[in-house]
Amino acid sequence: MDQSALDKLPKGWGSIPSDLNSDQTAFKGVNWGKAMMWIFLLSDTFIFSCFLLSYMTDRGSTTVPWPNASEVFGLEVFGTSVPLLLIAIMTFVLISSSGTMALAVKNGYEKNRKLCAIFLLLTALGGLTFVGMQVFEWNKLIFHEGVRPWSNPMGAPQFGAFFFMITGFHGTHVSIGVIFLLIMARKTWRGDFDTDRKGYFTSMKSDYVAIEIMGLYWHFVDLVWVFIFAFFYLW
Amino acid sequence: MTMTDITNQEKQSTTHKLGIYLWIWGLLFVLSFFSYMVDYLNFQGLLRWFLILLFMFSKAGLIMAFFMHLFWERYALVNVLLWPMTAIACFVGLMVAESKYTFFTRLFYFVLGS
Repeated sequence: MDQSALDKLPKGWGSIPSDLNSDQTAFKGVNWGKAMMWIFLLSDTFIFSCFLLSYMTDRGSTTVPWPNASEVFGLEVFGTSVPLLLIAIMTFVLISSSGTMALAVKNGYEKNRKLCAIFLLLTALGGLTFVGMQVFEWNKLIFHEGVRPWSNPMGAPQFGAFFFMITGFHGTHVSIGVIFLLIMARKTWRGDFDTDRKGYFTSMKSDYVAIEIMGLYWHFVDLVWVFIFAFFYLW
Repeated sequence: MTMTDITNQEKQSTTHKLGIYLWIWGLLFVLSFFSYMVDYLNFQGLLRWFLILLFMFSKAGLIMAFFMHLFWERYALVNVLLWPMTAIACFVGLMVAESKYTFFTRLFYFVLGS
């Protein structure tokens, strides 16, 4: 839809009834792939909300003391224990990768093909680092501190179940994101979006808007981490 | 208007100044540092919760508005996304009340009662 046609349509609150009652497409002027990614992310929001809600309800209703996250996730550095150090570094890495993703989207739209691919690779590298540190954390909790989904030496037995489920589900999202980032980086570097080369699975030519859609997913993964960080580690 | 003109116009409206991204990036680092300090300085009680939620929602808002471009997105789409999330917030409120009630009954019957 071009700009002059878009300008004639209602804006602001008026766009809600007019878009949702319209023919052919809702969300006028929005790329369909982008709209679909948003709908998917909304459903993903519900899943993560269910996990965090059940965690909150469980923790709020148990009479057994909950393990102190600040101590459980602390790290020994040169003999002194620093609380939540690993988690702070993980947060730092994930936000950095979100920033490089934003720059990849910008460079994609400006047709800086190689710069866009490099930023995508940096983002994937950040994601890999994050997953690597998560593996380290799980390893420490399972093999050194004896945390299991049904029991742990620190307090309420449900702690393990919620910890592994929530961080595991998030880690899976990061891993899938890394795979797609690598695929997109290869496509961008090869110039698929400039030469209109058809996609392997879709048999359709694509556009740099694909980078923005990829970006939406990646920023969402960062967004979920913001909530996990607040509710699981800071509570 | 030719097809290329149209696509060029759409492209222009989707790029934003580099400065915006760098600012948001910097703000996210600062806010993350603050939320880490909440734990490091060991704030407790209502202050802790207020600060945790403040930094959490600020970060989430910045990411959604600028990194995910919702600030520039069509208003109909923004609303379709944000109202269900508001419903989730109400759900959270309900479940806080529910868990407090369960906690109370557990104390009442398991600890005091029997």
